[in-house]
Amino acid sequence: MFLTPVVPHWPFQNMDTMFVRGLKRKCFDGEEDIEGTLAGIKAIPSYNLQRQSLLDMSLVKLQLCHMLVEPNLCRSVLIANTVRQIQEEMTQDGTWQMINTQSTGQASLDRLVSTDILCRSSRDQAEGKHVPAYGTFNKDFESDQAQDSSETMSTASSVQAPRNLQSNVWEMENPQENKGNFQKSLDQIFETLENKSPNSVEDLFSEVDNSYYDLDTMLTGMMSNTKMGHCDNLETFSTPTNTASNSNCKSDLNDLDHIVEILVES
Amino acid sequence: MTPGFGSLIQDVLWCFSQVKGTIDTGVTESDIISTVEFNHTGELLATGDKGGRVVIFQREQESKNQPHRRGEYNVYSTFQSHEPEFDYLKSLEIEEKINKIRWLPQQNAAYFLLSTNDKTVKLWKVSERDKRPEGYNLKDEDGRLRDPSMITVLRVPVLRPMDLMVEATPRRVFANAHTYHINSISVNSDYETYMSADDLRINLWNFEITNQSFNIVDIKPANMEELTEVITAAEFHPHHCNTFVYSSSKGTIRLCDMRAAALCDRHAKFFEEPEDPSNRSFFSEIISSISDVKFSHSGRYIMTRDYLTVKVWDLNMENRPIETYQVHDYLRSKLCSLYENDCIFDKFECVWNGSDSVIMTGSYNNFFRMFDRNTKRDVTLEASRENSKPRAILKPRKVCVGGKRRKDEISVDSLDFSKKILHTAWHPSENIIAVAATNNLYIFQDKVN
Repeated sequence: MFLTPVVPHWPFQNMDTMFVRGLKRKCFDGEEDIEGTLAGIKAIPSYNLQRQSLLDMSLVKLQLCHMLVEPNLCRSVLIANTVRQIQEEMTQDGTWQMINTQSTGQASLDRLVSTDILCRSSRDQAEGKHVPAYGTFNKDFESDQAQDSSETMSTASSVQAPRNLQSNVWEMENPQENKGNFQKSLDQIFETLENKSPNSVEDLFSEVDNSYYDLDTMLTGMMSNTKMGHCDNLETFSTPTNTASNSNCKSDLNDLDHIVEILVES
Repeated sequence: MTPGFGSLIQDVLWCFSQVKGTIDTGVTESDIISTVEFNHTGELLATGDKGGRVVIFQREQESKNQPHRRGEYNVYSTFQSHEPEFDYLKSLEIEEKINKIRWLPQQNAAYFLLSTNDKTVKLWKVSERDKRPEGYNLKDEDGRLRDPSMITVLRVPVLRPMDLMVEATPRRVFANAHTYHINSISVNSDYETYMSADDLRINLWNFEITNQSFNIVDIKPANMEELTEVITAAEFHPHHCNTFVYSSSKGTIRLCDMRAAALCDRHAKFFEEPEDPSNRSFFSEIISSISDVKFSHSGRYIMTRDYLTVKVWDLNMENRPIETYQVHDYLRSKLCSLYENDCIFDKFECVWNGSDSVIMTGSYNNFFRMFDRNTKRDVTLEASRENSKPRAILKPRKVCVGGKRRKDEISVDSLDFSKKILHTAWHPSENIIAVAATNNLYIFQDKVN
């Protein structure tokens, strides 16, 4: 079975030079040795990995905000718009399913961690030494990419429910400092949300059921259907054999949407 | 040595004049300068910092004995404008950081300025006292009350000279009008009103009335989940008291006329440049977000600053700017890194010179850039302690993009992104500029021949 090669989109032309340097070399090496279709297949994960990592980074940013002081609304809105843009493109591409296989789920967890580490280290360094930080990043990509291409080539649709961001969060409850901080930040977010007076003029949640405040409900993605909205579009991309991952895709988009919406509101 | 840049006929060479602030390598967060503003005559220069303090410098009178020391700026007054607060409703701190200072035109011996943090605007009166009354009847010189029954003689208190004292008193506090963070304040040309803008709303105040304000712009959507755009800056027209502009995070500028309606949600003019499809990326919107908007002194143009460029717009042409200047285009390929470390959200300001012929804005590595609109020449200068010898001429700096790096050039990867110049100010009539570099304030002047 052949997968149709997808040409990487123009949005990432700018990112090529520094963001995926290692990856591009590998692509070229591959193209010399392998047929066109396979090279095309290798090109797909690289673009999708880039985009996925940008999405992960953006979600981390939305969640890791200073919760002592009110987060900068302009920054939150710009990041949320970026997330939306990526989501829209991913649903249009129909690549949402492919990304959420088991292996990529694993990869996204690693990426999430490495992104977080990089975010901290680059903040600490703040000397403009971005390239070394991305050296680490590239290594993750290269190891993941090999894994990804082998996975995508097989028709492994029997994989378990894709790891959403939320399950990644819970698995990060490790002694490692940045993971702890991540969890702490989420807690602080929801504490702040709960502190909002229900009678305040800016009551953003007046029309929303209280399950928003329930951490468990939020994280298991079993929200009420109030915000399905554009998630209905996902159904057009589903394949009959993939019903399991389908509903998970939908809940993934829901979860991401909810995170984005709640955090923009707060 | 390459000269400075051309300004009208002569070339202007910029020299170091003064630097204020400590030299310590460790920077106290509260000392970081967050706003700089000259008053309307240029006699006073005000700075606000993250600790909520305002420091005002006054230019000393030029003396004939030392003609080369052209009017140095010395500390005139220091006061605590805003204190940290706590919003108990939201369980959040309200920062005391001074976001903006705006001077009122001088109408009597005292000086007035507006200073604002995220939530509250204050009107401060700065006045001099050089006499004090002496010879009270009911209290002695130390201020202790006298026993009235012991007083046998009455006298009239007289005013005697004393050492000059500059005192700052808060005259008005304009509070509780903003749900979101105030990013701009602007004094109207009628000198009776001013506006304060936060992320979603703009309010109009009368200086005399503190318990109410008029909401003139409101872009808050009914459903906050639909929020995709915020207000980033706003300013009144310098001459037409009914006109103001505000910029957005989507790179648009709206000009509004307050005569049209009480709520100026419908703009009179809408300035937006069509997007360049070849440059599109996931970061396009973020870098198009306007961080500052300034009317020219003439009132005919507006200047906007987004992440990579400065643009000059003619008020009569809405579909594109008349001039675009690249501030640091070499960062275009680094946007992902800058997104990761949040530098892409830095809000740079921009300023006009007195004659609207030159514009200036800051960059990273303590660089700042000037663009001459007439000659189209530009220069990059650096605010650093190394160039801090008195009257030392600033050498133009250059960033090397790729290939061979020349001796004096600096490569993009060596730039220090923690040293950012966000706030600068230009004297209203002379070639004197104030540049805020983290916790230091640099003052540069053009070379006196």
